[in-house]
Amino acid sequence: MSSIFTKKNTVIALIVLAFVIPFVLQNQYYLHVLTLACIWSIAVYGLNLLAGFTGYLSLAHAGFFAIGAYSLGLLTVKAELSFWLAFLVAPIITMIIGTFVGIIALRTKEHFFAIYTLCVGYIIYLIIDKWDSLTGGVRGLIGIPSPANIGPISFDTPLSQYYFVLVVTLLCILMVYRIVHSLTGRTFIAIRNSEELALSLGISTAKNKLLSFVLSTFFAGVAGALYGSFIRFIGPEISYTTIMFDFLTYLIVGGIGTLSGPIVGTFLIVLLSQNLQFLQDYRMLIFGPLLTLLIIFSPRGIVGFVLTKYHQHQRKTSAVLKDARAKEG
Amino acid sequence: MELLIQQLFNGLTIGSVYALVALGLTLVYGILHIPNFAHGALYMVGGYVTLLMMTNFGVHYLLAILVSMAVVGVLSVLMERFIFYPLRHSPPIQDKVAAIGILLFLEALAQLLWGADYRTMPTPYGQVVNLFGLTLTMQRIIIVITAIAVMIALYAFLKKTFIGATIIAMAQNREGANLVGINTNKVAMLTFFIAGALAAIGASLTSPINLVFPGMGHLVILKAFVIIIIGGMGSVPGAILGGYILGFTESLGATYLANDYKDIIAFLLLVLILTIKPNGIFAKGGV
Repeated sequence: MSSIFTKKNTVIALIVLAFVIPFVLQNQYYLHVLTLACIWSIAVYGLNLLAGFTGYLSLAHAGFFAIGAYSLGLLTVKAELSFWLAFLVAPIITMIIGTFVGIIALRTKEHFFAIYTLCVGYIIYLIIDKWDSLTGGVRGLIGIPSPANIGPISFDTPLSQYYFVLVVTLLCILMVYRIVHSLTGRTFIAIRNSEELALSLGISTAKNKLLSFVLSTFFAGVAGALYGSFIRFIGPEISYTTIMFDFLTYLIVGGIGTLSGPIVGTFLIVLLSQNLQFLQDYRMLIFGPLLTLLIIFSPRGIVGFVLTKYHQHQRKTSAVLKDARAKEG
Repeated sequence: MELLIQQLFNGLTIGSVYALVALGLTLVYGILHIPNFAHGALYMVGGYVTLLMMTNFGVHYLLAILVSMAVVGVLSVLMERFIFYPLRHSPPIQDKVAAIGILLFLEALAQLLWGADYRTMPTPYGQVVNLFGLTLTMQRIIIVITAIAVMIALYAFLKKTFIGATIIAMAQNREGANLVGINTNKVAMLTFFIAGALAAIGASLTSPINLVFPGMGHLVILKAFVIIIIGGMGSVPGAILGGYILGFTESLGATYLANDYKDIIAFLLLVLILTIKPNGIFAKGGV
């Protein structure tokens, strides 16, 4: 029985579900929401890589998300580059800016790092908001094109856009999976657990922290570029702290430092807040305390909670089995 | 020349408010090593309580400030009891997130209870005073005088009284303070109360000049963080000095550089300082 619910089968089932769901739902609005949730979850994966696996809470993540979105917007609208070129260049621009910020920001630690990046995020917001001639200021950027056709495949319907975003999301998750399970990922975790210990093992913490930071900005940039091409209008508010705290809520609720946490948290909260539409402005009345309670009672979110229970259960059953065997033999 | 002096005085007013808010933040950081992101929400609640006491109950401005100090102080103590106390042994990332949760909650609550619109706070001290050829409003003079008086009182409390000394002791070494018989729980609660009250004073003093709205704490708290990093996290003189440095830089920058970018100055200052000295200028200064 339990053999059907292996990790591999569950993942395959979820992917199939993700591909089939538009035909089941037949609802444009839900498709829109699902697409957005996919986009947010990519950004949250980036945040997770840095905050969850490397232990550095960056509060500039929404800023990098916005840099990705604005790079795509400016390259397509003002520089009139082709969409796909812009889509490739936007995350690279984000990474380049991320590298510069990271080199300086990572000289600080813990609280200093959080506050430093919070300030960097605010600077990004202010620059976008005030640099009227480049970014359009508060009016924002209008008329960002949706993805251009690749041969016979076009992306003008919501359905095709959903699939496009879904494929990119799956690729991103695969990337994160590969990173976390590689030596580099182990290095990140070693740094999270103890920076001194990692250093004494001969790990170049500075280099690896920077790598983690730049990778996290890459995912923010990809998410931002997707957001720009999907919504087709961007304003400075996407770099504001509210978005940052949304990301953080998704991550904490899902499970910081877990692989499936970002997607669980993002989809749960995005879908939940769709059903609490009447609460839109006041949703933080629920999510704020939820964030605080979760961090007190289950610091690794829903996924962490389930995993702990699962391991406890397994330990118990194996202990029972051992007992039984001992009695027999 | 007159413009310069006028701007210096403006810097003094803004700096006073910044210093008050930063003082609360630095005290809390000093004893618990928590960057209390919810401090900005306390500041905002302080502004609203004073405003509502005045408009709804017709209480005098100064009395309203006292009420606001008490309310926000208690709120701050509750926060310590229910959130930071249970989290005292967890990794640093967690109390930051918990504080952010509280911040979001309080802001949404304020919006629900009092609406999202910007409100003006009436002040009985609106008259204009001419001093050595400078035109000043009474309110600004009161801000400076009150803030300085509060700072002196706080300094005397910390340095000259026994209870104040326990706060310093706990900031220096929590276990050590516990060993010599200081009730660290009580000290933590007291510190949170003082921090909340300071935020309430700061908000109440500046609200008649600025406005009262749910997001009013955002910028102030960010700047307060900048200040305590400049002044050294946990250092009281550092917070005061940092507050005035930022106040002067901002008001001069707004006049002589660009008004649009005046809010960016604080953050650029911080980025600059942390780039050169990653642990702040006065790293590890005592209270």
